[in-house]
Amino acid sequence: MLDKSESFVTEDGRTIGGVVMEMQNITLRFGGVVAISDISFDIREGEIRAIIGPNGAGKSSMLNVISGFYVPQEGQVLYHGKPRPQMRPYEVARQGIARTFQNIALFEGMSVLDNVMTGRLNHMKSNVFQQAWWKGTAEAEEVKNREVVERMIDFLEIQHIRKTPVSRLPYGLKKRVELARALSAEPSLLLLDEPMAGMNVEEKEDMSRFILDVNDEFGTTIALIEHDMGVVMDLSDRVVVMDYGRKIGDGTPDEVRNNQDVIDAYLGVSHD
Amino acid sequence: MFYREAGDFKTSYQGDSQTFPIKFDRYRYYAVMAFAFLVVPFMINDYWANAILLPFLIYSIAAIGLNILVGYCGQVSLGTGGFMAVGAYAAYKLMTAFPEVSMFIHVILAGGITAVVCVGFGLPSLRIKGFYLAVATLAAQFFLVWLFNRVPWFYNYSASGQINAPERDTFGILITGPNAPAWATYLFCLIFLTVCALIARNLTRGMQGRSWMAIRDMDIAAEIIGVNPLKAKLSAFAVSGFFIGISGALFFSVYLGAVEVGEAFGINKSFLVLFMVIIGGLGSIFGSFAGAGFLVLLPVVLKVFGVDVMGWPTDIVAHFQLVIVGALIIFFLIVEPHGLAQLWRVAKEKLRLWPFPH
Repeated sequence: MLDKSESFVTEDGRTIGGVVMEMQNITLRFGGVVAISDISFDIREGEIRAIIGPNGAGKSSMLNVISGFYVPQEGQVLYHGKPRPQMRPYEVARQGIARTFQNIALFEGMSVLDNVMTGRLNHMKSNVFQQAWWKGTAEAEEVKNREVVERMIDFLEIQHIRKTPVSRLPYGLKKRVELARALSAEPSLLLLDEPMAGMNVEEKEDMSRFILDVNDEFGTTIALIEHDMGVVMDLSDRVVVMDYGRKIGDGTPDEVRNNQDVIDAYLGVSHD
Repeated sequence: MFYREAGDFKTSYQGDSQTFPIKFDRYRYYAVMAFAFLVVPFMINDYWANAILLPFLIYSIAAIGLNILVGYCGQVSLGTGGFMAVGAYAAYKLMTAFPEVSMFIHVILAGGITAVVCVGFGLPSLRIKGFYLAVATLAAQFFLVWLFNRVPWFYNYSASGQINAPERDTFGILITGPNAPAWATYLFCLIFLTVCALIARNLTRGMQGRSWMAIRDMDIAAEIIGVNPLKAKLSAFAVSGFFIGISGALFFSVYLGAVEVGEAFGINKSFLVLFMVIIGGLGSIFGSFAGAGFLVLLPVVLKVFGVDVMGWPTDIVAHFQLVIVGALIIFFLIVEPHGLAQLWRVAKEKLRLWPFPH
């Protein structure tokens, strides 16, 4: 086993750093339903970490715990080695954690540009009075952040729909806009909840390319949930497998693929 | 042909985020401003000021205020009448307590006081939304009117229970009272409207407006992105209250002169301003102007047409006015649910391509 702060180099030559986020014995209940029971795993700096499992395994709940939307009854979340106190989702966002959603959660009434600009919220400091006056501080800040946003728009190849209202876009582009919004926050940890759900092969290939590029160019740590096994096994450095709220496997794609519990969970076991 | 943006390239992000990105729009806007500030004051008379211009200007301010709350931040409010009353009574108390101070300061302070009250009544919005919030703000409406009726301190213990605007000036020019000249009252309101509209536009094109719209469109996603819902909602209530307070203060001191609170700032006023916002277009500054203009002008136009042109009896015209206004509201909402602002936007898109739409 590797030490928490130790870094190593992967087969394809990327350096994976020490542990950024550690989940310790997380248990989450909704009344009598146990969504997550006693799960521990860690996310290392610069890696692509996948969370997989059959439907209802508690993957999205896990992501919601990380992004502060659910508060676990037991266990704690360590971020950069320190236990994270209970905080509201917008405070979590300020710590550099951004996410996308399984069902696209864009702001339908706003243009693509405005949607992506909201991602810069935590980088803009001017107060209401400066914004009411506009000239000076607010305008300078707007321009500065617009440059970052335009870089992300270029990166995700959505320049042509910059001024289009989001409600007019097709599904695949909406997913891309959502990724752009999360990226424009320049997060240190990016959570992707089924980034490829409902896409065709071509769109999946595009999305995979974007995820790898993000990881490569910005060095962003990525935790993702995905159902397409081919994609998961290709993209990720390490995989956590969940079933019925428990962790049944954790390791590199190859280790997980040969794990008997994982095979049983996905293919089923005979009960005779 | 008429209206083109070909060759009008933006080379900076400032240029791209300005209020009127198309040159033609910008020049038209300058022309309208010049006309309103330099020509109208010389042509104005008491009838024009009191029947059309003052109510249009004042309701526009109220509609902008409500539009920020309902159209941009998505928090439905039925308390506009009550908040306008706060502005009116705050202005009255300030005018009687500090007669030497300029009316500008009184009106701005009245807006500030209303903002504070509005934030107070906005606190339930952190827990409830939609229709339930509307009911909570309805409580504000009834409570505030009751308060100003029942507590004599607010109307300085006058026997009638009314408040009357004393004669007050700014820079030596009479603004309130029966002897104030029409051009002065008009300019006074116009300055407030211009400044309010600019502030609203600046706030809504920047980060503040984006966090309001994020809360409106999807509050859970907004919070996960980093919008503090408490700050976003309460700041919308505050800014909205500031504008509505200013409009209430102007409505009382400059336009009406004497006010009985239940009559001038009752629930009907709340609905009237809400209709302006809905007909004009939710989430559009231009829509606030259009809605206010529509609902102020329509009764006047109908009256002129019915009584002066057709020669019908006044009472029949007065009753028909209600029917026609109601029918037109329904018509507009069916034809274009996004209001006059959307009609205008569609017309502009068409004009940009005219006469070769392909």
